[in-house]
Amino acid sequence: MQEMIINRLRELLADGEYAGVIGWAQGETPFDRTPNLFNAEGLDQLRYDSFCGSNLSKYLVQQASKTEKKIIALLKPCDCYSFNQLCTEHRIDRNKVYVIGVGCKGKIDVEKIRKAGIKGITGITEDGDLLKIETMYGEKEISRKDVLLEKCLACKGKEHKCADEVLGESEETCSGDKYAAVRRLEAMTAEERFEFWRGELSKCIRCNACRNVCPACSCIKCVFDNPNSGVQNKAAADDFEESLFHIIRAYHVAGRCTDCGECSRVCPQGIPLHLLNRRIIQDVNELYGDYQAGESIGQRHPLTDFTLEDEEPSVIDTRGGGK
Amino acid sequence: MMKQLPLDRLPELFRKISEKKTVIAPIQSAGQVNFGVWTEDSILRLDALKTVKSAKGAFFPQVEDIVRFRMEGKKIDIHPADVLTEEFVIFGVRGCDARSFELLDRVFLSDPVDPFYAARRQHGTVVTLACNEPEETCFCTNFGIDAADPAGDVTCWIAGDVIYFRANTEKGIAFTADLESAENESPVEELKKNITEILKKLPFGALNLTGFDGDHLMERFNDPRWSELARGCLGCGTCTFVCPTCQCYDVRDFDTGSDIQRYRCWDSCMFSDFTLMAHGTNRPTQTERFRQRFMHKLVYFPSNNEGLYSCVGCGRCLEKCPQSIHIINVIKALGVNKDA
Repeated sequence: MQEMIINRLRELLADGEYAGVIGWAQGETPFDRTPNLFNAEGLDQLRYDSFCGSNLSKYLVQQASKTEKKIIALLKPCDCYSFNQLCTEHRIDRNKVYVIGVGCKGKIDVEKIRKAGIKGITGITEDGDLLKIETMYGEKEISRKDVLLEKCLACKGKEHKCADEVLGESEETCSGDKYAAVRRLEAMTAEERFEFWRGELSKCIRCNACRNVCPACSCIKCVFDNPNSGVQNKAAADDFEESLFHIIRAYHVAGRCTDCGECSRVCPQGIPLHLLNRRIIQDVNELYGDYQAGESIGQRHPLTDFTLEDEEPSVIDTRGGGK
Repeated sequence: MMKQLPLDRLPELFRKISEKKTVIAPIQSAGQVNFGVWTEDSILRLDALKTVKSAKGAFFPQVEDIVRFRMEGKKIDIHPADVLTEEFVIFGVRGCDARSFELLDRVFLSDPVDPFYAARRQHGTVVTLACNEPEETCFCTNFGIDAADPAGDVTCWIAGDVIYFRANTEKGIAFTADLESAENESPVEELKKNITEILKKLPFGALNLTGFDGDHLMERFNDPRWSELARGCLGCGTCTFVCPTCQCYDVRDFDTGSDIQRYRCWDSCMFSDFTLMAHGTNRPTQTERFRQRFMHKLVYFPSNNEGLYSCVGCGRCLEKCPQSIHIINVIKALGVNKDA
């Protein structure tokens, strides 16, 4: 698929109509894939394979506004939702981007391979569902589906919702009920749930990777970075503040979060941040009817769109909130 | 002369030490391994090669109080925070992190001496652990660090189900005093030989650092490739916060309602408000911020410290950068006398 994509990009970039293409570059390890902007000469460094898990849509906020010419973006099916949402919020001008939908069969999480006890990874090759892993300690094998990124287990399907053209085949990788983890937390007592989140969120180092990668967090200057806001902080006084940061962020992106899963992918401490967002998505679906942020450009999300059928705030009592 | 202990009796040793001293060790909590205070309930993970955060937090914590001010009428009471007076042991530090303490010493123990850091260094005993299975992200070998025989007050080796101890300093001799002598040191020699062989296979084990020095400062600084390297950078602080040698901090005031708590916390040159001054910032884009981090580690620090790089090759940034941009990219792209 990589070769097909590069060949097509060579054609598109040949006549100077486009400013370049946002894609993934080969990094220093066999599986490092770094977002970058390519011109025709740089295309041999472009990679598209099972390690291109990162979502490139947010880079278009900056890159597409910098140039007069259109820019080409490579988007996986799930990345398209973020792209549409950013267009809806007028953070990306749709007319400035030519979207190539790239096929996706789920992306590999190298961290999961390491967690499975495989050390010193020097190469990974795929053979159907089998990953053959070369290491400093000999060759190992692991099943591909066991080491897919967490976000791939909540795959939204193989359709590209915004592509100008599509290259390559996709496969849905959703593994059953994506709300199962949310329900497990719901089934806990308030004390157990508090302990769970306290354990998770107290690991937070306030690196802001979750916020910076989040396509829904597209403020030009975050309130937490603004010295004049009165709430600017780099590290919190205690883990209560850490919790507050993440809960505020989850509420701020409510209705706009497409469940792209980047927050959890990038967290250096492995905090399952996407569960906060997914809990809110579940609520939105239950209270206002099924809704998927970023399904299309221009849609109004339930929290900003009033209808007479909307739930009353008192629903919180009947649903047992606060207990 | 080495000492030894069956590995399964380690909790016993920790229990005994913790009667008098705090024991800090790699502990698993909510699925991740970080250095933390050991208690009976802790999940000790000496097998985990890289804690998420480095060991530097034991001497330079992410947040610490410095001073408290209280206003009463026109009178201001000033209460400096206490420096540490209790002894502690940090156990299971790897060779890379142990070297980072030496680098931090150059910053915090040179004039003016940082009293909080100095007190922790004075009261802390560093027990290091050889790396039985180095990983592909390790590149400590570039900085003269021996993962097979790390520094510290005490060096440990886990060979089979026995842990061996060698005291290197006065503190180390005190730490190992009550342990029984090793009958046979050959398992350690064997292990060291093994590790040395593995270290030769590290993919980034022999980098060319030519041209990263004070003499080539302007060439490195003005290299046009910084913007290309930094393009994918998110501007998060992951690399700086997992890094054992990043030492920048910010000082901030917290209004508690009744007084002002002045504290310091790790800062990151990746952040837009880093060293923000009245006139604004002198690093307006991520390219300048990104350049600052690597210039500091690979050029400014060595040119002020007899060529010592401010990197220990722990490889945490390689594993943790969300977009896989790290010091190896910079060394490979900008190094090797390309402008000579």
